[in-house]
Amino acid sequence: MKQFQYSRPATQQAVIDAINKPGTKIIAGGTNLVDLMKRGVTAPDKLIDINHLPLKNISIGKGGLQIGALALNSVVSEDKLVLQNHPLLSMALKAGASPQLRNMATVGGNILQRTRCAYFYDTTMPCNKREPGSGCGAIGGYNRMHAIFGASDKCIAVHPSDMCVALVALDATVIVQSKKGTRRIPFADFHRLPGEHPDLDNNLAAGELILGVEIPDNNFAKNSYYLKIRDRQSYAFALVSVAAALELDGNTIKNARLAMGGVAHKPWRLVEAEKALVGKTVSAETFNIAAQIAIQGAKTYGGNDFKLKLAPATITEALKHASGLV
Amino acid sequence: MKSKNPPEEPAHEDNFLESSRRDFLKHSGLLTAIAFTPSPLVKAAQSGLDEKIADLYEKVPVSLEVNGVKHQLSIEPRVTLLDLLREQLELTGTKKGCDHGQCGACTVHVDGHRVNSCLTLGVIVSGKKITTIEGLAKGDQLHPMQEAFIKHDGFQCGYCTPGQIMSAVACIREGHANSEHEIREYMSGNICRCGAYPNIVNAIQEVKEGGQAV
Repeated sequence: MKQFQYSRPATQQAVIDAINKPGTKIIAGGTNLVDLMKRGVTAPDKLIDINHLPLKNISIGKGGLQIGALALNSVVSEDKLVLQNHPLLSMALKAGASPQLRNMATVGGNILQRTRCAYFYDTTMPCNKREPGSGCGAIGGYNRMHAIFGASDKCIAVHPSDMCVALVALDATVIVQSKKGTRRIPFADFHRLPGEHPDLDNNLAAGELILGVEIPDNNFAKNSYYLKIRDRQSYAFALVSVAAALELDGNTIKNARLAMGGVAHKPWRLVEAEKALVGKTVSAETFNIAAQIAIQGAKTYGGNDFKLKLAPATITEALKHASGLV
Repeated sequence: MKSKNPPEEPAHEDNFLESSRRDFLKHSGLLTAIAFTPSPLVKAAQSGLDEKIADLYEKVPVSLEVNGVKHQLSIEPRVTLLDLLREQLELTGTKKGCDHGQCGACTVHVDGHRVNSCLTLGVIVSGKKITTIEGLAKGDQLHPMQEAFIKHDGFQCGYCTPGQIMSAVACIREGHANSEHEIREYMSGNICRCGAYPNIVNAIQEVKEGGQAV
């Protein structure tokens, strides 16, 4: 690992002043950043440690449940308010990483973990995300884990977070602060698609610090489910994952939220499939129809062709669990 | 608004850097520094940022309590907790497996919570209490989890064992050892290439059911 400067500015304001400089990165849990630094994928000149900032609280505010950027993944996953109001978020967090990593990783860091694939990590291979203009090793290469939605000819990597899939389904908002003041970014707009600039994973501007996320109240707590399909039963990235949340009136679907992980450069919200569910009766057939709508426009790259079958099957199964059909 | 010395903040941010920066500049010529420095430093030097070069060389003071013993150390910011434990404190019970947070061999407890020490920078855990595998036994009396691993043959080569045991203790303390399924899920961050998993699960179940304090 290359040498770097370390600093722990005392206040939030001092952090915001410090992060505006090029070559500077924030470190919180470090579970992704330290790994990337060890492999030489990234080499910041200076790390700003923010672990001491008072951004760990989980509380109910005017706009819903507020979760501080430094709340640990393990703490959020077992928090009473989270379990009571948004069990989907807890399920997604528990499906992610390992217990040790969840004890280190923060909410802000989880959001800001790199969209990535094995070619991004391998510094001997081309990767437009790591080294713009060098090409994409995954297109025409080993692409079993890769995107089926929203990719470009520059990058087909996926965002590996489970937490973010739940947060996009739950209409969360990311609250950020910079010298200009605070800004609220709808979760669905926070991460970006690769397009011509796969080196950029999200729309956080230089000098902005994530303060936390806010999840508006909803009626999904009774009927939500997170289903993650992977190569081994635990501690692996998703091949495909689905966050499903339903509001039921008897057997009728009043409201629905659906999002997928492991399929795109960002957590992938399935708005058209949600529309196909609203007003319908809970049944395997209803879910199958929505699942087929969900994968319209999907594009595969050889190694991940199987996702065209796995993705809709996972959506149907997640909806069955959420609705109580199984 | 900048506050210089808030109570929760160690003073090194200002004072330590100032004094050692002076020392550094006194004892080394700039050219010598450039000749032996990695590229970020050369870049910094080219932009005439002498101070930045000095800063990059700084070691940071770290205070840790490891297995009940307090240590005052001075480390480069890039030193991981794992390397600090093994190389500087000579506590080699904690193992370096993958060194990338994927295998769990390096698992230790920080303020009672299990973490991967290979992805934890030493500077970040300054002021915290660390427990390693060496800190579990009380003198000659093994920890119940160590006894159970021996009784149930919870290892073959033994390389993953310190991490497995630290994780297993945390698994029970967290309340995640209530069934075989739950134990397997909450021990998934510890890989055993010999495949001693069934015996590891048996060991954890015995300690859990025995109700002893862990």
